[in-house]
Amino acid sequence: MALVTLLEGIRQALFEEMERDPAVVCMGEDIGVYGGAFKVTAGLLERFGWERVIDTPISETAIIGAACGMSYLGLRPVCELQFVDFIACCFNQLTNFVAKSYYLWGAPVPMVVRAPSGGGVHGGPFHSQNPEMYFAHTPGLKIVYPSTAYDAKGLMKSAIRDNNPVLFFEHKFLYRRIKDEIPGGDYTVPLGKAAVRREGRDVSIVTYAAMAHTSMEAAAELAKEGIEAEVLDLRTLAPLDKEAILASVKKTNRLLVVHEDTRFGGIAGEIAAVVFEQAFDDLDAPVRRVTALDTPVPYSPPLEERFLPQVKDMVTAARELAHY
Amino acid sequence: MDKKANPAVTREQQLDLYRFMFLNRTVEDTMTNLFRQNKIVGGLYSSLGQEAISVGTTYALEKRDWIAPMIRNIGGLLVKGVRPRDIFTQHMARYTSPTLGKDGTSHFGDLKNLHIVSPISMLGDLIPVMTGVAMAGRYLGQKIVALTWIGDGGTSTGAFHEGVNLAAQQRAALVLVIENNGWAYSTPVGRQVPIENLADRAKAYGCRAFIEDGNDVEAMFTTAREAVRLCRAGEGPVIIEAKTMRMRGHAQHDPAEYVPKEMIESWKRRDPIAMYEKRLAAAGVLTDQKKAEILEGIHAVVQEDLAFAENSPFPPPELAESAIYCEGALLVEPQWERPVAEVTPPRSSVKAEWHKTEFDEFQADAIEGAGAVPSSGRAPSATIPRASGDGAQHELVGASRPGGTVPLRGKTTGDGTKPAGRTPSKRPAKSAPPVRGRK
Repeated sequence: MALVTLLEGIRQALFEEMERDPAVVCMGEDIGVYGGAFKVTAGLLERFGWERVIDTPISETAIIGAACGMSYLGLRPVCELQFVDFIACCFNQLTNFVAKSYYLWGAPVPMVVRAPSGGGVHGGPFHSQNPEMYFAHTPGLKIVYPSTAYDAKGLMKSAIRDNNPVLFFEHKFLYRRIKDEIPGGDYTVPLGKAAVRREGRDVSIVTYAAMAHTSMEAAAELAKEGIEAEVLDLRTLAPLDKEAILASVKKTNRLLVVHEDTRFGGIAGEIAAVVFEQAFDDLDAPVRRVTALDTPVPYSPPLEERFLPQVKDMVTAARELAHY
Repeated sequence: MDKKANPAVTREQQLDLYRFMFLNRTVEDTMTNLFRQNKIVGGLYSSLGQEAISVGTTYALEKRDWIAPMIRNIGGLLVKGVRPRDIFTQHMARYTSPTLGKDGTSHFGDLKNLHIVSPISMLGDLIPVMTGVAMAGRYLGQKIVALTWIGDGGTSTGAFHEGVNLAAQQRAALVLVIENNGWAYSTPVGRQVPIENLADRAKAYGCRAFIEDGNDVEAMFTTAREAVRLCRAGEGPVIIEAKTMRMRGHAQHDPAEYVPKEMIESWKRRDPIAMYEKRLAAAGVLTDQKKAEILEGIHAVVQEDLAFAENSPFPPPELAESAIYCEGALLVEPQWERPVAEVTPPRSSVKAEWHKTEFDEFQADAIEGAGAVPSSGRAPSATIPRASGDGAQHELVGASRPGGTVPLRGKTTGDGTKPAGRTPSKRPAKSAPPVRGRK
């Protein structure tokens, strides 16, 4: 067992999948010689060559479109968007072409779009966003957003082997801060399955990505007050693991949803609706949300800190729920 | 392009081209009737007067090649082997249609057998997708060509630019046919772009282009055949601008009153089917008996397929909830036609560094020239890398210096299609031929 970062976990997954399957190719801006803006693809070109590690022009629409075309011949392209903020540039190609292909005319699109995402690194409004819900709202796409190195590797392997288009969000704050023991050899983590990070009986905190770690900190604080929070890490937003959410709510009767995405239209609203529809009788308190503000991601550190959900916000909300 | 360089079109091919154009028109006439009977669920688009483009270009392909049609390319679907019943049932939203009623018009495809990629309504998006098809084909060693069409209106999209640029940078085996039918819905081409020939843009992308008479089916066929040959030889992509005229409104609902009547009348005299019929009759290829035979065959298949479509059920409502995700196997597994060892370690391993064969130098005459003339006279660079598969992709001379090594100077000719200054030393510029049959 070796200790590896989340970034390294993804890199290993790309290496091993390219080694395992010649249908896997990578394309994106500066991913070859340079190894990617965050060096996730470092070393791929040396090993797999120019045909399989393709440096593209700055053309997000062309990258996604070409990957889609490649997938029609049975290839499994993995595209890198340099920052997920630039996914807006290929919104049409993803939501209208890629996502609808299988439903409308039965053409599967086995491709992965991976991209560094999220804030907390003072990247400013165009290098810090969490645009996952634009795409969770689009039928046909799968959305993965891991929080651990182990999951990142296993989920990336599942994403590459999946026969659907998968958007793979890589939280850049976690890239080199999170380290896990990762076993040698091949393993996968299934798409669409949440993970209980901490068992608890008093309140459920449903979350994902960087906020999974923040939520664990909050849970530790709450434990000092005798409140045992259960932390559920979604890992995949589409398809959503509703069973795991409902099971946790049935156990704790209280639900706090935490995400780094903005509040209005964030997945917390959808989760609250699912729980109201399917587990209303299990609730002992209204569902609460702790999310980012409904603003662009501001640049200056005090502004961004105000924008992002903090441990104290979660502790306060969970405490109120526990004592409701 | 020098017409004489092309081998003759055989008598059999001529009759095929005629038959497919006639089939195309018959299928669309049949649907116009269906539309008037309220049997078409949504809109109906017409390729009246543009049949020669779809038919002629697709006819230049082989079975293994790929197409992606737009709404006015029913002729391409028919040549590729789609039956009229699929087109009828699509428009009538029936359960027997290729999309089971989930989409209409020519929005359907066939990955496995006919190699057709379905379009979407947003223009330009097929260009990067078909570039990807061509890239994958090359990677797998299949030697396929991908062909798609775009209207004059669609050339103004960002996807067009990104797609053509990527195709050119990759030397992708892509044939892109620009159907310049004069109108983007109600807006004439002169109000969309400030240039006369959309094919001129090819020079800026560093790829070849031909301008052709879109109402001459043999010209479309032989030009596309040359484009396909170039693509298969690794000399793609190739743009073909087909000059034509949209003879109906944008769709059935649109009476197109904004089109000057004289324009319609003048183009009526250039009807591609009538012109070709006359030509083949004069050459003794299309006798009265032969024509009757062809028409009878078309009538039979169209009537049979129409009956099939009219007797087809609508889809069951619950179908709406099916197949959001692909749960089963892929339809198409990679078909390797080259040794996989070539793309797997150790043979795939390279040194990860750019190999620049020459250094960029400041070229004063380039500045001087750029200030004096529009850059449309620039010819494609002779140093743009060839296929990524040949290991030369990293010789990024063309990319690091857009336009290549030829300094721009002098003036362009009046039509803006030919550089009057120096031409590249290694590869001659493909200047556009005049449109035949006009002017």
